[in-house]
Amino acid sequence: MMATYLEFIQQNEERDGVRFSWNLWPSSRLEATRMVVPLACLLTPLKDRPDLPPVQYEPVFCSRPTCKAVLNPLCQVDYQAKLWACNFCFQRNQFPPSYAGISEVNQPAELMPQFSTIEYVVQRGPRSPLIFLYVVDTCLEEDDLQALKESLQMSLSLLPLEALVGLITFGRMVQVHELSCEGISKSYVFRGTKDLTAKQIQDMLGLSKPAMPMQQTRPAQPQEHPFVSSRFLQPIHKIDMTLTDLLGELQRDPWPVTQGKRPLRSTGVALSIAVGLLEGTFPNTGARIMLFTGGPPTQGPGLVVGDELKVPIRSWHDIEKDNARFMKKATKHYEMLANRAATNGHCIDIYACALDQTGLLEMKCCTNLTGGHMVMGDSFNTSLFKQTFQRIFSKDFNGDFRMAFGATLEVKTSRELKVSGAIGPCVSLNMKGPCVSENELGVGGTSQWKICGLDPTSTLGIYFEVVNQHNAPVPQGSRGAIQFVTQYQHSSTLKRIRVTTIARNWADVQSQLQLIEAAFDQEAAAVLMARLGVFRAESEEGPDVLRWLDRQLIRLCQKFGQYNKEDPTSFRLSDAFSLYPQFMFHLRRSPFLQVFNNSPDESSYYRHHFARQDLTQSLIMIQPILYSYSFHGPPEPVLLDSSSILADRILLMDTFFQIVIYLGETIAQWQKAGYQDMPEYENFKHLLQAPLDDAQEILQARFPMPRYVHTEHGGSQARFLLSKVNPSQTHNNLYAWGQETGAPILTDDVSLQVFMDHLKKLAVSSAC
Amino acid sequence: MPTWQKEWPRLERGGGTSWGDTTAPTTQIGTGSGAWEPKTLGTKANLDLEPGMSRAPPSSGAPPTSTAQASCGQAGYGQFGQGDIQNGPSSSTVPTPRLPGSQPFGSPLAPAVSQPAVLQPYGPPPTSAQVTAQLAGMQISGAMAPAPPPSGLGYGPPTSLASASGSFPNSGPYGSYPQGQAPPISQTQGHPGVQPPQRSAPPLASSFKPPASGGPRMPSMTGPLPPGQGFGGVPISHPNHVSSPLPQALPPGTQMTGPQGPLPPMHSPQQPGYQLQQNGSFGPGRGPQPNYGSPYPGAPTFGSQPGPPQPLPPKRLDPDAIPSPIQVIEDDRNNRASEPFVTGIRGQVPPLVTTNFLVKDQGNASPRYIRCTSYNIPCTSDMAKQAQVPLAAVIKPLARLPQEEASPYVVDHGESGPLRCNRCKAYMCPFMQFIEGGRRFQCCFCSCINDVPPQYFQHLDHTGRRVDAYDRPELSLGSYEFLATVDYCKNNKLPSPPAFIFMIDVSYNAIRTGLVRLLCEELKSLLDYLPREGAEESAIHVGFVTYNKVLHFYNVKSSLAQPQMMVVSDVADMFVPLLDGFLVNVSESRAVITSLLDQIPEIFADTRETETVFAPVIQAGMEALKAAECAGKLFLFHTSLPIAEAPGKLKNRDDRKLINTDKEKTLFQPQTGVYQTLAKECVAQGCCVDLFLFPNQYVDVATLSLVPQLTGGSVYKYACFQVENDQERFLSDLRRDVQKVVGFDAVMRVRTSTGIRAIDFFGGFYMSNTTDVELAGLDGDKTVTVEFKHDDRLNEESGALLQCALLYTSCAGQRRLRIHNLALNCCTQLADLYRNCETDTLINYMAKFAYRGVLNSPIKTVRDTLITQCAQILACYRKNCASPSSAGQLILPECMKLLPVYLNCVLKSDVLQPGAEVTTDDRAYVRQLVTSMDVAETNVFFYPRLLPLVRLRIGTKSPIESTTELPAVRASEERLSSGDIYLLENGLNLFLWVGASVQQGVVQSLFSVASFSQITSGLSVLPVLDNPLSKKVRGLIDSLRAQRARYMKLIVVKQEDKLEMLFKNFLVEDKSLSGGESYVDFLCHMHKEIRQLLS
Repeated sequence: MMATYLEFIQQNEERDGVRFSWNLWPSSRLEATRMVVPLACLLTPLKDRPDLPPVQYEPVFCSRPTCKAVLNPLCQVDYQAKLWACNFCFQRNQFPPSYAGISEVNQPAELMPQFSTIEYVVQRGPRSPLIFLYVVDTCLEEDDLQALKESLQMSLSLLPLEALVGLITFGRMVQVHELSCEGISKSYVFRGTKDLTAKQIQDMLGLSKPAMPMQQTRPAQPQEHPFVSSRFLQPIHKIDMTLTDLLGELQRDPWPVTQGKRPLRSTGVALSIAVGLLEGTFPNTGARIMLFTGGPPTQGPGLVVGDELKVPIRSWHDIEKDNARFMKKATKHYEMLANRAATNGHCIDIYACALDQTGLLEMKCCTNLTGGHMVMGDSFNTSLFKQTFQRIFSKDFNGDFRMAFGATLEVKTSRELKVSGAIGPCVSLNMKGPCVSENELGVGGTSQWKICGLDPTSTLGIYFEVVNQHNAPVPQGSRGAIQFVTQYQHSSTLKRIRVTTIARNWADVQSQLQLIEAAFDQEAAAVLMARLGVFRAESEEGPDVLRWLDRQLIRLCQKFGQYNKEDPTSFRLSDAFSLYPQFMFHLRRSPFLQVFNNSPDESSYYRHHFARQDLTQSLIMIQPILYSYSFHGPPEPVLLDSSSILADRILLMDTFFQIVIYLGETIAQWQKAGYQDMPEYENFKHLLQAPLDDAQEILQARFPMPRYVHTEHGGSQARFLLSKVNPSQTHNNLYAWGQETGAPILTDDVSLQVFMDHLKKLAVSSAC
Repeated sequence: MPTWQKEWPRLERGGGTSWGDTTAPTTQIGTGSGAWEPKTLGTKANLDLEPGMSRAPPSSGAPPTSTAQASCGQAGYGQFGQGDIQNGPSSSTVPTPRLPGSQPFGSPLAPAVSQPAVLQPYGPPPTSAQVTAQLAGMQISGAMAPAPPPSGLGYGPPTSLASASGSFPNSGPYGSYPQGQAPPISQTQGHPGVQPPQRSAPPLASSFKPPASGGPRMPSMTGPLPPGQGFGGVPISHPNHVSSPLPQALPPGTQMTGPQGPLPPMHSPQQPGYQLQQNGSFGPGRGPQPNYGSPYPGAPTFGSQPGPPQPLPPKRLDPDAIPSPIQVIEDDRNNRASEPFVTGIRGQVPPLVTTNFLVKDQGNASPRYIRCTSYNIPCTSDMAKQAQVPLAAVIKPLARLPQEEASPYVVDHGESGPLRCNRCKAYMCPFMQFIEGGRRFQCCFCSCINDVPPQYFQHLDHTGRRVDAYDRPELSLGSYEFLATVDYCKNNKLPSPPAFIFMIDVSYNAIRTGLVRLLCEELKSLLDYLPREGAEESAIHVGFVTYNKVLHFYNVKSSLAQPQMMVVSDVADMFVPLLDGFLVNVSESRAVITSLLDQIPEIFADTRETETVFAPVIQAGMEALKAAECAGKLFLFHTSLPIAEAPGKLKNRDDRKLINTDKEKTLFQPQTGVYQTLAKECVAQGCCVDLFLFPNQYVDVATLSLVPQLTGGSVYKYACFQVENDQERFLSDLRRDVQKVVGFDAVMRVRTSTGIRAIDFFGGFYMSNTTDVELAGLDGDKTVTVEFKHDDRLNEESGALLQCALLYTSCAGQRRLRIHNLALNCCTQLADLYRNCETDTLINYMAKFAYRGVLNSPIKTVRDTLITQCAQILACYRKNCASPSSAGQLILPECMKLLPVYLNCVLKSDVLQPGAEVTTDDRAYVRQLVTSMDVAETNVFFYPRLLPLVRLRIGTKSPIESTTELPAVRASEERLSSGDIYLLENGLNLFLWVGASVQQGVVQSLFSVASFSQITSGLSVLPVLDNPLSKKVRGLIDSLRAQRARYMKLIVVKQEDKLEMLFKNFLVEDKSLSGGESYVDFLCHMHKEIRQLLS
């Protein structure tokens, strides 16, 4: 049974990019709420499907205006009458004329069960160009700026020739570079302190007047070029050289920065202008604003910290003490921008490379609401940034960019279900409808979301509510269905629609609890619950979130654990739930919920990625993976536990954000002694090399590129490992556990064992 | 110190001797004046009958009388001898040059005769004294009228002349006269009629030689024998005369002839004949005439003439008899050009500005730096009030000096800085008194006793002078500079070198006219000639901005391959988008700058943008300087009214209907307060703004020029600019403007010795308090006029001291103090005041005063104020200084005899009395220009120089090198001979007037065309021809231009051509089309005013 469910889950994930917390659905609202973990799924709308060639026609929609579901394999089809019945609203629809030849043996792909996920290519309509607007901070150190310039120049070669590019640079001023002119380079300059309205920006850039003299002189242009052109956004094939030179000549912000001051950085205005520019020129066209910044905004709207160095940038401590004077205003500014960008289908990336914070906390909404990337590094002159940035422009098996723009995700549910909300890189489109639940989880109150930028791994958590009443049981064997319709602008500039229709069986909780239990996907559930927790953490106090998570866990254990009341030792969980508490243990310690030792920027960064990665990556984030390398055998995954830290092992830990290679004490001594260089110890050399190779493999694949840490016993960077492992041995219980195994962790945190003991106690207690 | 020590010996020697010398001259002068004085008093108009008679005899009595008029003149001169240069010679000189010219047309004698006749009456006084100018006012003449007959022979000629003129007026009333005479007359008289006869005239003229005397007269000459015709022919001039004296008395008709009367005699021999006849005929006629009768009754107002019953029409004033600017200028040249002006003596009146002289600084500032209205100040304010002579100094702190004169020495006192009085903060100067063996010094301004710092101590010699006095400029010179210390710098930081920012309008108009292309091309080479102050390379940084309704800044950093343009469209809140790379060193960024200047015309070649902004442009330049922490200058090249939405946006508010209303002043006021505020900020930053305007229509110069005005900048206006026509002028101005040495971020303070105080300032600057003149920029052409008032008694003994201290940043970025000291005498006698005045300076002050007045008062009030003040000045003289004489006599102080004519020119100027073709912008422009003019400029501006050219060719053997030596003629149409060619210039305009009967050879050699008719009217360039005349004339034009701060565009005007109207506006002694009085009329007017005051 278990095996089948694992296979089923995996198969569904492969095919539809969907993982549900429950794969058998409780058939009544009441029972569903008692299941503790909500009915929800992780959806990867554009999951790579190399095996799924898109069909070159458009989908057939249900004719009921409130439904508009897409014809799918679950629909009942009357081949004689050339009718189909919508499986969501039961509307009977005529097939369009092009389906005249339809028959049981001549079915269109969308009716075949294996095409529960299908992608349509919309041929008509204007082709929108890809637009990349670079917004570059020039308040950088010389070598940083140089590295950034090189990266940007490199990126030009990666863009498709028809892509439109634009350049905005900022420091104390904001410069919008006009790319169309030849010879002399021209830019429009804005004061970095002034909050300009969209209208003002467009006026000043000469966008509001269609009769710009420059364009008037070339009336033929619009015809030549499929896209309406702007002086600031030009096809790369035209201005490749110009832009390369322009980037090459980019100077550090020339305004003097006196001792004890931060450079004046007008990030807020720069972003505002970028948004305004695209809004004025390419509304509702996929576009990517790429903000490269090397420090916090220090002036104008959106300022995060003043320019006095003696006043440090806000910390969590300040925020808790309500001492972050600019935070609310700045956040509001960036939220306004993010919403405008999202409305127009533009996504905003932030590449922040600095040793100190750069204001990601305030700016996070820009990326989070628009589906942009957030990359945080120490310097632009690091491989972390360079490779991550390069990876943005990687291509898939078809040679298309692994990025899509301006997507809308619509969710349709069968009558027993309603959608409560979504958590991920999206904004609500506020589409009310019959399948919208009143109970919101995440971003709710709508059946449609806008995802301005997404890639094949972008994953949303979507939460549902079973609305079927207990007293109106669903017929035995009937299934609930959900359809995800994702319309997006493919990087090939064509519009595409991907439709995924899934169905699951209803089950009666009372009679089929075990089946339901078996159909529990604890990994998906952990991630979905974690997303809820992180979502709450954005607006609630940390301890409250933890309490909420604990309560949910306890309730789940009470519900699905097997135990005798008041007897913790009797407590057992079935296999389907066995890992779940451990996930929760690590989640509680994770940087997504713990802000201790993290800056607000770091927290924002971690949460940003957590809210958009797919299940596998999310799980790694929750509970890092630890491999052990030794002479005792092949590399093996080991417990994320201090007991795994042994002197004669090399450990490789992947936390998603960091790859840590840790040499045990003995190994480190050996290495220092140089054994690896001796021919007779070649095996040692190999042993040392093995984790490096494996790490490299991970580094190659991951976006964003993780921080790579190579350390050893006693090394300062060993903290990365020590902070993650379950502190089964601490200075408190060291003697009890003996000295031979593992490494004690200097912490007061509870260990997994203690956590579990408490959990059991609480679960079996009747007090809860 | 070492620097000047080396050079000092030279000075010392010179100084030593000159001290000696100067004393000598003083005595001379003293004696001279002594000698003159009696004369002055003696001189007066002799025209009045009774008293005149009594006095007259000596002077007039003899020669004039019967001796043929011809001879009398000479005789007269003979009498006065060479001894007295003043009037005698002057009068003689005038005619003589003329003679050759007139010769062809008639006998030289005759004209001579007539003139002297006229002169004589005046002659005597002049000869005897400086006073010279006494005029028989018209009344006088009226009074005279009876006289002449009695005086009979003696006065005969003059009277006859006068009466002739007088009679003419009558001709009008005499309906019969014209009729009787002949049709031609009527024609000539009537204005419309004038032209036809003239046209017909030329052919006639050719047949007749006589025509020479002047086009208009021609007809009269030819046809009609009757005298009337002769006069009738000269309609042009009539307007003035008769009417003025007795307006009521003389109805329109009077106007007709007046001027001509005198003229004809001068030029043509024949005319006198007519005149006589006329006189004869008219003379009698008058008596009976009812017309005259009635007016005269009115005359009593004048009080004076009881006796001179009015039966006779007023007497014409002979223009040659009234004080002649040309004469005064010539005399001064002859007398004072040869000797250097040594400044060692207190209260010396310097030579006139028109005289070319050298200055030796021996303790007082050169008149090139400071000129005063009077060099002898009344000791008390009561006296000053009585005299009404404004006490003002026209200061040009950075005046350019001729090569022969050394620029001020720079004194470096090291860290201690210049030595100053502790109390009044005056700077060490030659007048400071060292006492107690040199350990202390007493301030010459406030009498405070100060310790001499040890490092400055020096022993005194037996006269009480420091023994090192001649080693130290600040102890022996009138002008010198101190190096300033950081205490004198903004923010206590030594200044950075200044910057020049070129801000170019690239709107449609600027592109279309080719301005932008021309300018960019020029700048490429011009940037090599930034002021460098002796250094190898100019320290000045440059920057570039173009604009229409947005601004484009350019990054021209040397490391760039191409310039970068940065557009700032946020004109409402202007800022500077870049720092590094905006202001650059020319030689380092040469390639990028050249590339930029090449590209600017291309970038905007297709522009359709017609709207411009203005205030934000200045704001941007100012912010750029602020960001660069330096002072500097903006060069703005602007074409149109800034109507784009931005601060300082203007609307077209030009309204000719406002002229002559109480609201007229608004035309001169800025439209908005934005520019005032902006100017203030500019001044605070040391940002000087030079504005080059290229308007096609109204641009509101009054508003646009406010910032340049308040920041010490210049405004240049090229209306309807076209590259072909105006290129030369614009480029020449631009070159000069860019290259000229400028002081930046300057503060000027004028300190005075106790008793007087600077209370008012005129010029291009800003003042935030009552004492400090703040100048964002100051160049060698800019002048500040300062007015003083008494606040206590002055002491005759100690005199009055002025010290003008100018703190500024040099072009090389050095902070300096320039000090000018001037000691003036003080007097208890009004006569001393009047004897030491300088009319040119007075006019400079009065013009500036009036031009500022128009901002706040109706123009009429301003004009009346001027006239009243002038009358008061003259009346005071008459009352207190002149010896008693008939009220009918107009007696002018010698030093002020030109005051009326010059004042009239001021009153007639475009600002105070605009002609129909003068635009509001023109007026505002001129108003602005005059505000910063020095004395020489106002002099020629208000009374243009009119140089006859052909005579020049014939009359002189060697080519005339210096134009200052050229004899000019008076600015009146009467003085123009149709056989001659004239150059007229006023510092802004330059005309070449070609007479209709100029010899063909002359036409050929100047214009390379066969005849007069083929000369292109309005030509602005003379062809370059290889013949002496052409070379000389072109050389003359070049040298005239070289003298002036602005390039004067040449306009060739042909006699009788349309353009002549324009030209005639500058003949300031004539009645102007806009209603300005002729010199003669004004003089009469003034006389009337004076008499009213006296009675």
